[in-house]
Amino acid sequence: MITYALIFAIACYSAALLFNLFRVVKAPGVTDRVLALDTMAINAIAMIVLFGIYEGTALFFEASILYAMTGFVATVAFAKFILRGDIIE
Amino acid sequence: MELIWDIVISALLVIGGFFGFVGSLGLVKLPDPMTRLHAPTKAATLGVGSILIASMIWFAVKQDHLSLHELMVTVFIFLTAPVTAHFISKANIFRDWPAEKLPRPAGEGEWAVHQADADTSKGELAVEKETEAAQQD
Repeated sequence: MITYALIFAIACYSAALLFNLFRVVKAPGVTDRVLALDTMAINAIAMIVLFGIYEGTALFFEASILYAMTGFVATVAFAKFILRGDIIE
Repeated sequence: MELIWDIVISALLVIGGFFGFVGSLGLVKLPDPMTRLHAPTKAATLGVGSILIASMIWFAVKQDHLSLHELMVTVFIFLTAPVTAHFISKANIFRDWPAEKLPRPAGEGEWAVHQADADTSKGELAVEKETEAAQQD
């Protein structure tokens, strides 16, 4: 039962990542691109955790923590650059 | 007992997958930037939250050791999601909403997003004005 639920969740997040990729490539405004990249990082974290359950190993959590941190910093840097034209003033 | 935990984990995984899907669908389907901001920041956090809880229960039940890594990831995402949403909405206001279209703030001055514009509208950079003020002191 868990296997089927896992496959369902992985399929959902794969479709979600494809939607995000579509939004990154074809967006009406630059803030939509930044938002799509941020959502992509969060969905990638979910994918890493799901893959960890699928493989039955706790090896991938450090990767997901690193992804969460770098995704946050990247989004803040993008938004700061749009706001001020500079990241560290 | 095993079956109950299986059902709980499966339900959490399905809920998480559904919310992640809905969040990203909203990112594509919704009509204007502020509503598009609303969809993924709420739904993706809820989706990732339930996936992480499912993973925590899975490791506790199947491998007999309680892992708190997921709790760390959950706390980090719950702390950073509002900050990124605030930054993105601020950038959106800065780009798409001129100062005349916003309601007036209380008291003197402009909203913080447009304050830099108000400072630089006299034909000189705000930084130069600041250094001049510092030199006069």
